[in-house]
Amino acid sequence: MLSTLPRHAGALLLCALLHVAAQAGGEPVPLAVTEVAPGVYVHAGAVEDWVPANGGDIANLGFVVGSRCVAVIDSGGTPELGLRWRAAIERTTRLPICFVFDTHAHPDHVLGNAAFVAAQTRFVGSAKFNAAMAAREPYFLRALQRDFGINATHEAMVYPTVAVNGTQEFDLGDRILVAQTWPTAHTDNDLTVYDRQTRTLFASDLLFVQHIPVVDGSLRGWLDTMPQLARIDVALVVPGHGPTRAGGPDAWKPQQEYLEALLRETRAALKSHQTLSQAVDSVGVSAASRWQLAERFHRRNVTAAFAELEWED
Amino acid sequence: MKHNRMTRRELTAAGAALTASLALGGARGARAEIKSGDNPEASEIWHKVRASLFETRPITNVGDDTLLLDAPVRAEDAAVVPIAMRAKLPHTASGYVSKLYLIIDNNPSPISAIFSFTPQSGRADIETRVRVDEYTFVRAIAETSDGRLLMRTRFVKASGGCSAPPGKDPQAALASVGKIKMRVDGEVVLDKPTLVQLMISHPNDSGMVMDQLTRQFTPRWFVRTVKVAYGGQPVLLADLDFSISENPNLRFYFVPRGPGRLTAEVVDSNQTAWKSSLDVAPSA
Repeated sequence: MLSTLPRHAGALLLCALLHVAAQAGGEPVPLAVTEVAPGVYVHAGAVEDWVPANGGDIANLGFVVGSRCVAVIDSGGTPELGLRWRAAIERTTRLPICFVFDTHAHPDHVLGNAAFVAAQTRFVGSAKFNAAMAAREPYFLRALQRDFGINATHEAMVYPTVAVNGTQEFDLGDRILVAQTWPTAHTDNDLTVYDRQTRTLFASDLLFVQHIPVVDGSLRGWLDTMPQLARIDVALVVPGHGPTRAGGPDAWKPQQEYLEALLRETRAALKSHQTLSQAVDSVGVSAASRWQLAERFHRRNVTAAFAELEWED
Repeated sequence: MKHNRMTRRELTAAGAALTASLALGGARGARAEIKSGDNPEASEIWHKVRASLFETRPITNVGDDTLLLDAPVRAEDAAVVPIAMRAKLPHTASGYVSKLYLIIDNNPSPISAIFSFTPQSGRADIETRVRVDEYTFVRAIAETSDGRLLMRTRFVKASGGCSAPPGKDPQAALASVGKIKMRVDGEVVLDKPTLVQLMISHPNDSGMVMDQLTRQFTPRWFVRTVKVAYGGQPVLLADLDFSISENPNLRFYFVPRGPGRLTAEVVDSNQTAWKSSLDVAPSA
């Protein structure tokens, strides 16, 4: 199912991007990384909104090193950040990158893809990723241009060619990663990556820490999925945003409390025949106050919850 | 009967207006990006819409005390922006607001909805939810039964980033297309305006989203008209466009002149029709 055409196009683009980076002041500056477990590295994004002030560097990114090759979990929030992320990986290991996992079609996680295009590299995503990405691509490109001053085109968007539906194993040489898709939760195309050797789970945006959770899929779906995620035998869980945590139910608890409050209070608002405009002012205010970026995302979450739950009987 | 005939003619006129709106959207290649809400008259697209809908008829700018336009300054979710238009003028058989137009200047199809009312509506008052594509002026225009045009304008900032207009779970949406939920809110009192909430399960696809993999547009598929009557008398005719959010949601009024049946007929752009009804027994 691999097509060579996009890779060639991507390689050309990569040259162009490197050229731009070189013009802008030499080699891309490598992103900071921490080895959170043997052979497992994380770049911690800022707990902030996806804005030019932070260069779009807000999502946690990871890579895992096997004996044969490297797997990258998310590529960064802009094409330039992708280059810096790649530079950070190449400074740590000389092994080739065989897989790039795109954990879901949100700009802060996957707009760095173009920097990783290479003959030996396969891009992996949920079977629903490409449809979601294709529908949003024009908005992402417009946001890059309007907010970041980056003129990216369709050709800069790299789509996964390996589609996961359920679980699938990826061999890095003496190291197996398990990619898994989930029912609609944070989005309809969430993918987690689990390293068996160190029992590290890259939960991506199925887990938010400090950064308020953002519902862009299904509130009920997310609440149903979380107990299954919490049951995985995990030593370390890397969230999509916020600090890495020890595995186990406690890592999921704050997020669960917030989402449960959102569910409970939105249902109550619907039961008392509140309108959407009334509900966004009243639902979950106290639960949201414990999170960063609540002012940016909480009312949006209420809107999403309201639109989802008003069809419950 | 007279109402029915008028309704049909209005429907045709409105349909033509909505089509014109699309053409305007398509022709507007180099639109200036408006970042602030300083000058509503500087909006080029508005002048085209104005000419197509109202020709040279005078339009009076009014305040919220005459025509309330309720819209958030910043859209929380650009795909689900709550909008209310509430005419504050008397609503009687001899004089009432017969139409409310909703215009979203910078949407691909700016003429988003045209609502027609009758004396049986009791109020020209509607709440719905829309998609907002870009920072834009939103306009409510009331047309009175004696032909005056009154306008209230607000500026709405749509948030970008993750809030892309397509639905959050398209597969789930397909499973329940055409399901209708209609209810009356609060106590139903004889001869008093009664609030109705009508919800229609429908993806309301804009047809403006290109699938970047196939380079094809998703087929346009949206709720086009909603007709509501009480005891056979029309109370609301809504001509809608794909600016209306997924799962169209309308809140409006009617006046029960005795026990009767509230009926809703929904037709989408594929000419598929759905009906729903609700028996209402007002207290005295």
